[in-house]
Amino acid sequence: MSFFTSADFTLGQKLLEVIFIIMGLVTLYTAFKNFRDKNNDEPLATALFWGLLGIVLAFGRWIPDKVNGLIIILMTIPAILGKVKAGTVEKPTELQMEERFQKIGMKIFIPALTMGLFAIIFAIFTDLGALVGIGVGVLVSMILLMVYDRRNTPTVFLNDSERMLSMVGPLSMLPMLLASLGAVFNAAGVGEVTAQLFSYVIPEGNVNVGIIAYALAMMFFTMIMGNAFAAITVVTVGIGAPFVLEYGADPVLIGMIGLTCGYCGTLLTPMAANFNIVPVAMLEMDDRMGVIKNQVVPALCLIVFQIVYMILFK
Amino acid sequence: MEWIRLIGIMIVIVGFAMKLDSILIVLLAMIATALVGGLGIGGLLETLGSSFVANRSMAIFILIMLVTGTLERNGLVQAAGSLISRVKGATPGKVIGIYGVMRGFFAAFNVSFGGVAGFVRPIIIPMSIGAVESKGAEMHPEHLEQVKGMASGMENVAWFFCQVLFVGGAGAILVQSTLADLGYDVELLALAQKAIPVGIFAIIVGIVYYNWRDRRLMKRYYSNLKDKKGDA
Repeated sequence: MSFFTSADFTLGQKLLEVIFIIMGLVTLYTAFKNFRDKNNDEPLATALFWGLLGIVLAFGRWIPDKVNGLIIILMTIPAILGKVKAGTVEKPTELQMEERFQKIGMKIFIPALTMGLFAIIFAIFTDLGALVGIGVGVLVSMILLMVYDRRNTPTVFLNDSERMLSMVGPLSMLPMLLASLGAVFNAAGVGEVTAQLFSYVIPEGNVNVGIIAYALAMMFFTMIMGNAFAAITVVTVGIGAPFVLEYGADPVLIGMIGLTCGYCGTLLTPMAANFNIVPVAMLEMDDRMGVIKNQVVPALCLIVFQIVYMILFK
Repeated sequence: MEWIRLIGIMIVIVGFAMKLDSILIVLLAMIATALVGGLGIGGLLETLGSSFVANRSMAIFILIMLVTGTLERNGLVQAAGSLISRVKGATPGKVIGIYGVMRGFFAAFNVSFGGVAGFVRPIIIPMSIGAVESKGAEMHPEHLEQVKGMASGMENVAWFFCQVLFVGGAGAILVQSTLADLGYDVELLALAQKAIPVGIFAIIVGIVYYNWRDRRLMKRYYSNLKDKKGDA
């Protein structure tokens, strides 16, 4: 409690912590609901995963770092064993959605755009931050939906978010784990060793060559791993920092465009099955590579554009 | 051998390439790197715990999910479908292009219409077939195959490169935290702003390329139909 009354923290930090607590409670509700769900094959393991995650999200700030670390390792065990399952999924039917659309119509776009709008407004006009803006936007969006249709009760929102979260499953935690992996890489000095290795290939001090190497490495590593989020952690620590950022290039530009250079790799690889292979099955296409083939030209145009963009505006 | 410190990178690359469980790969890479890098178990737990807690903002999607499911329940996909069905003088290339603009715009606000399963299959593909049939032709199966590929391509291109325009999206937060570990503090809004030219370029490339391809395909398969399709 002393955190919320203390003057050492800004209002933005306090509100963000409130948001984390709400996120934690939604996650704990997901644990609770799956635990009691008779249609869930692994109610205990599923509840363990979401429950531990909910605790770290809501109360992580007040738990010692080492204990948090231990909780996270414990949390990954049911996930790795494939025992985190979705139970009953109460999807709205086509008919229900059509009926609501007839009632609400195009006005539905207003609450849909609210979160993004509030994120921008808060980032520009307040010092509370974009994430607090998203939080307020979610609240406004919920109120609008309740006004549109009285059947949108708080329970409906809660159950719908539980449905979405259970559906996405433990992989939703991957970005956070990858960020932690980046932190471990840094603490262990991985960057320095990679820099040493790449210094044979990349001429020292030539930022433009460094940018090209960084962009292409992002693309190729993503193609191998099928995941730009995994690549950005590795490539930025290993190549981006020592060969580009060291020499004073703009970290905002290099970091952000580095990620989207990775997306060019995502467009080109069957490893990114969700985007390139699953659609082939869903659309009943004959050519297994039919989606990737249609993405080669845009991906190559984009990588060239982004390299030029980084070199010109570094 | 200093290079042993790179074992984590090797584990990540090999692990993902072998399609092992992603969370297992990350955990193994973390443990191995911590051990050879001299952090030890205590250092690992401490770094993992503090970094995970510092990056809780990446889980902001949990908060956003409080409305995404209910928006869907209240007819968001139907509204989007009704919006795009107002395209005049449609050709498959035009339908795909307009979908790209719509998809990109809403991606910047973190709004999705259900991807290939929820939107492309039930709405974009039937509209494309309808567009060809309205010109008095039966859709050629190979044209249809290409249209499916192009629609999925537009879907991916628009979503990837415009989703990063959402201030507070997972990608930008990961970039922010990666840079913070390296000693550079950057703002989420600034990150999104830098991505604007790339987002716009991506949509343009998608529209131009898929329209050009579709026009050529239309010409190849329905050249007997004498109508001009110069508008795109």
